[in-house]
Amino acid sequence: MDSARSSFVALKILVAGGFGVGKTTLVGAVSEIRPLRTEEAMTTAGVGVDSTEGVEGKSTTTVAMDFGRISLREDLALYLFGTPGQDRFWFLWDELAQGALGAIVLADTRRLADCFPAVDYFERRGVPFLVALNNFDEARRFDPGSVAAALDLDPGTPVISCDARERASVKEVLITLVEHAGRRHATRPAVVTH
Amino acid sequence: MRMNDRPSWYDEQAGPLVRLYALTRGRARPSPVLLDLLSLVTAENDPARDPMLSPEQAAVLTLCRIRPRSVADLAADLDLPLGVTRVILTDLLDYGHIRVTRPVRPVDIPDERLLQEVIDGLRAL
Repeated sequence: MDSARSSFVALKILVAGGFGVGKTTLVGAVSEIRPLRTEEAMTTAGVGVDSTEGVEGKSTTTVAMDFGRISLREDLALYLFGTPGQDRFWFLWDELAQGALGAIVLADTRRLADCFPAVDYFERRGVPFLVALNNFDEARRFDPGSVAAALDLDPGTPVISCDARERASVKEVLITLVEHAGRRHATRPAVVTH
Repeated sequence: MRMNDRPSWYDEQAGPLVRLYALTRGRARPSPVLLDLLSLVTAENDPARDPMLSPEQAAVLTLCRIRPRSVADLAADLDLPLGVTRVILTDLLDYGHIRVTRPVRPVDIPDERLLQEVIDGLRAL
């Protein structure tokens, strides 16, 4: 690689999961959250959703992602990107996943199936991830082992409980992810890229 | 939940007051090469010295004068979509007003020390 690298290191972590599972809450618990807008052509974004016949290439839609930065030091920061919950914005993930240190798949045990697409995506792309079970007050507490079995996770993929509203809890999730990513990157030097 | 609630007399329903293509002089496609979300932008020049700069270009230079800022940060700071931000950055790059460095990818991380520093930093938050 020819790029001159500045001494500043920025690492990207994705936060994925079904719609309404608490991604925005999680990002907001550990960082100052800001919306990051991206414009996408409706002909791509609206496939199967909006009829774009006759207006191809003319219309764009704005997709907002949650975006948070955690400054660890002057020269070291973690960037959190909440991926859009709707499946129709799937294509945005490819850019987000590029070069990501790892991903948090936030899951609600009452709607576990909602996180299947995210699990599948990160497994196929070789992005290290963990599953964090957001403990909604009324949710049944699940045994992480049974969740790992239900999601058919690769051995070694961490499954942990968390409270996305609690800063300390989200910090633990991040630490667990970075530890896991470190192990994964150490044992698998060839990370899948384009 | 949004922190970004600056008071304004119009709402989102009104749509943008300045069409976004006006900010990019009609172009929609930035140079994709260097402008990763986490690429770091550093200003090379003082915006006050070039009266030809657009307000958005000057704003970028002001934002990344002291220390580098990521492309994602700049888009959020400017409250502009990523694509538009990238076009503005591409121009500044062409004019030599900014320097862009690519982000460190996990495969480039030479040892576990950096990740340990991240973990230590998180614990200390």
